[in-house]
Amino acid sequence: MRVGACAEATRQNAGGIANIGFIVGSTGVAVIDPGGSLLDGRRLHAAIRAVTQLPITYVISTHAHPDHVFGGEAFLPDHPIFVGHWRLPAALANRAAYDHARLAAILGEADTGDPVSPTLLVRDALTLDLGGRKLRLRATTAAHSDTDITVLDEGSHTLWAGDLLFVGRIPSLQGNLKGWLTALDQIAAIPAVRAIPGHGPASVPWPEGAADERRYLTVLLHDVRAAIAAGQDIDAVTGTAAQSERGKWALFDSYNGHNVVVAFKELQWE
Amino acid sequence: MGMKRHGLAAIVLAAIGMAWAVAPACADEAEANRAARWHDVAGAIFNGRKITESAGLIAIDAPPRALDASLVPVTITVQPGPKIVGLTLVIDDNPAPVAARFRFGPLADPHVLKTRVRVDQYTLIHAVAELQDGSLVSTERFIKAAGGCSAPGTESSTEALARIGRMKMRLVPAASPGGPMTADLLISHPNFNGMQMNPVTRLYTPARYVQSVSVTEGGKSVFTMEGDISLAEDPAITFSFRPAGNAPLDVQVNDSAKAVFKQSFPLETHAS
Repeated sequence: MRVGACAEATRQNAGGIANIGFIVGSTGVAVIDPGGSLLDGRRLHAAIRAVTQLPITYVISTHAHPDHVFGGEAFLPDHPIFVGHWRLPAALANRAAYDHARLAAILGEADTGDPVSPTLLVRDALTLDLGGRKLRLRATTAAHSDTDITVLDEGSHTLWAGDLLFVGRIPSLQGNLKGWLTALDQIAAIPAVRAIPGHGPASVPWPEGAADERRYLTVLLHDVRAAIAAGQDIDAVTGTAAQSERGKWALFDSYNGHNVVVAFKELQWE
Repeated sequence: MGMKRHGLAAIVLAAIGMAWAVAPACADEAEANRAARWHDVAGAIFNGRKITESAGLIAIDAPPRALDASLVPVTITVQPGPKIVGLTLVIDDNPAPVAARFRFGPLADPHVLKTRVRVDQYTLIHAVAELQDGSLVSTERFIKAAGGCSAPGTESSTEALARIGRMKMRLVPAASPGGPMTADLLISHPNFNGMQMNPVTRLYTPARYVQSVSVTEGGKSVFTMEGDISLAEDPAITFSFRPAGNAPLDVQVNDSAKAVFKQSFPLETHAS
């Protein structure tokens, strides 16, 4: 697997800021997140071909965000089955043009590419077989995004958590805060010894590796809820909520304020 | 009404087409372009009426760099002075620049007004107050935010649609007896802006947005607001007023799909 750069997408990192990789079975290969751009996807493709000539049978997208899906186009010539959350096709249709324009402005048109909409959809759970190697896919309700799925590689007891798990880099909330904490409880029960975060190191022990993220999300929930109860305004809360987490995360100042806004939007209806 | 407003938007867009085509080469030029844009936008909105710069009567506040371009809080404060009958909030460089037009009723005490807007690109925002004598005064602020209009709807828009029309009101009692009360009104509505293209069908998700909000107490008006697609999802309005009695605050919201939402909020149960 390839560990993503802990940064925003730039021309230098070619949008390769997420952890992406592949699993080789006896009859085929599954890609788990095709990468953050056409160039990023082509590099992953080359890395696969350096290891095996088996057919690439599945390309799994853990969710709709551009740093995970824009490499999809690089795998079209292999005619794999594209797999994702049941809401992924709509999410990609809604945001792909916007994400493409933003990414192309950074990377240049030639290297940007486009996501490929999945045809095999995960409604609740789904099992893929790579030939003696089973992958258990599970869909969650809105959490980090509203298209999150996890992949358990049973043979190696490894959980590909996608962006349900951030380690070191501040979690980015785009879906539902309470839903994310619930999803963390659910995936903590998945029998894996290690997990691969969407952003962070190549792997962390499971489920202990989710402790920091759980603490951050819990502090965020507590602080925003308390501020709303005290009648504070959204503009005041963005500068105060979860500030105790500052210094514990990379890119804190780039994302915490936005996370507070998203949490406020959700919790103001409680 | 709808036709008239769309007509207005068309005039504004046509008028500034040239300005947009010119890429600012330096800060001075960007500033000049912004002034030209405001001249065109203001001319179209206020039919060329004279607008003077506010000499401290009104002020507009917003974060200089927005955290979320689809939800930028804006606060307008009004100093004691000549009576204000209306306020217009303009996001100059948004595709539909008029975010909201407020008309104040007899119960209003418009010393503070807050709302949340979408901002499509770096822009000046203007608050224009109409005084009782019909004159217009304005104040401006520059905001750095981008993508708030054409950005894909957040994952929360599904929830906003599911609870469409639900409202919350938080009342803050007067600081001194007989003084104005402040109220935070929150309206659940996705305020779809019609600017997101589906790349497969090449169709835009149809706009559906809050067109008007009216708040009354005992049949007397606090304010009415005409809204548009520049208001953020789940429109929020903070306003101040002097209650005429103990009748509840009645809120009526009309949207562009001709839906009408009504809710009443008792005054006394919230006051402490």
